[in-house]
Amino acid sequence: MTVTRLLDQDRTAITFTVDGVQVPAKQGDTLLTAMLTAGLGHVRTSEFGDGGRAGFCWMGACQDCWVLVVGKGVRRSCTTLVEPGIEVVRR
Amino acid sequence: MRIVVVGGGPAGIRAVEQLVRAGVTPIWIEEGPDGGGRITQRPPPGFTRDHAALYGADAGRARRLHATLDAMKPRTDWRPDTLVWNIRPQDKVLHTLTNGAAQGEVAYDALILCTGAMDRVLPLPGWTLPGVTTLGGAQVALKSQGVGIGANPVLIGTGPLLWLTALQYAKAGAKPAAVLDTTDFLTKARFGAGMLWNLPTLLRGMGLFAQLKLRGVKLHEDITPLAIEGVDGVTAVHWRDAAWKEHVTPCDAVGMGWGLKPEAQLADLAGVPFDYDATQQNWVPRKDVAGRAPVAGVYLAGDGAGIGGVEVAELAGARAALAALGDAHLPSDMALTQHLDGRLRTERRFRKALEQAFPYPAKLAARMEDSTSVCRCEVITAGELRAAAAADAPEVNRAKAFSRVGMGRCQGRLCGTPAAAVLAKALSVEVPEVGRLRGQPPVKPVPLQQVG
Repeated sequence: MTVTRLLDQDRTAITFTVDGVQVPAKQGDTLLTAMLTAGLGHVRTSEFGDGGRAGFCWMGACQDCWVLVVGKGVRRSCTTLVEPGIEVVRR
Repeated sequence: MRIVVVGGGPAGIRAVEQLVRAGVTPIWIEEGPDGGGRITQRPPPGFTRDHAALYGADAGRARRLHATLDAMKPRTDWRPDTLVWNIRPQDKVLHTLTNGAAQGEVAYDALILCTGAMDRVLPLPGWTLPGVTTLGGAQVALKSQGVGIGANPVLIGTGPLLWLTALQYAKAGAKPAAVLDTTDFLTKARFGAGMLWNLPTLLRGMGLFAQLKLRGVKLHEDITPLAIEGVDGVTAVHWRDAAWKEHVTPCDAVGMGWGLKPEAQLADLAGVPFDYDATQQNWVPRKDVAGRAPVAGVYLAGDGAGIGGVEVAELAGARAALAALGDAHLPSDMALTQHLDGRLRTERRFRKALEQAFPYPAKLAARMEDSTSVCRCEVITAGELRAAAAADAPEVNRAKAFSRVGMGRCQGRLCGTPAAAVLAKALSVEVPEVGRLRGQPPVKPVPLQQVG
């Protein structure tokens, strides 16, 4: 999958980490957008053994894009904005 | 008089506007950081596209809604980033969670629920793969993040949102590899006349279709989606055309959606009874024409009260607020009330035709293969659900207890409609006879220590 930056991408570059690795993002990106445009492919792994998940509804309803944000707990990546330096752990 | 409005979309904005006009200062609760709803969702700060670029033909509506939204925030007790996760109707108290951390309780005398809707889906083999989203999700990605779910997505489903999303992607430079519509042309044509009740919207829909053709987007009608192929992500869609010929369309993402489904969990927790709307093929909370629920002090408006679209949401939001004001013997605008009732009557006729022209393909859902996951939260197959039916589950809540379909983190939002179709077929009964999944608090997951 290739979530693709198409429009309105002239925003301040920031970075955060996912599983300890630095990931580039732009101010205003959600965690979901940043992780998928950076080519991470998925944001969590299904606990039922059917592979990676990368969200589905993008609007906070399906709960299929949860990640752990260090210091904040489990968050929906589609409704959480990237902040510089935050640490995300995929589960 | 404590009036609480839940939801900052078109219905909520217009409800709040009427309350403020009458001199009331409502508590206004919105789950997201900003209001605006979905069809007129605003990007986070830092994005620069103007209304015309963001909303196209809806730009004027979006501009008006956002202007009212911003004007009303300081005149209300505006509470963004706040999830209402439970209601205790006997005490008239809402349980809230702010910023994912701070627990709260909000008491109300009147409650206006404007909770919106989400996409209705048809589970397919491979629909849990990264790269598959709802049509609404594909739109949100583009509108509020400026990204496409892929560079060459296939869009599957039916309804105006299918064409609209396809055109938005084509204009943004991510031309869909194909647009696959499960509805045949004749069904659309048959109910086209009924859509004359809202001629501008009908013409807009036809315009979308024409523009897609002009841009060379491949549109196929009366198709059957078979499977989404891929390993770590989407690589192709398998589908069958009206002549029963099978096709494989390579793509890097899939957006899917068959109309909308009310996000009516809070109405359920408030004790509002639900009825099956056969035209909409949805369970909708009961209300009168003004939006009064049969539970004292509870009012419903917008798509959360039955799908009507953005225009109806604005009218119904204002109407519900006027009902709440009138019931509380506060000043309410009688002339406006009459005007709104007339407009809403016309819109209901339009909506009926629209729903009939773009039906949910319940037959496709009913005959999905045993191995297809109906429930993506807990990966439960249609076969497991059918086994539950065979083991004496005459309705969806029993089937949920047996199979766990609907018990996952989305609380049956996605699997509810297709699971009912599968179960009804397995039991040889009509879809309404298997009932609906009852709502349970919390309506969305809440950190455990918060439930206490």
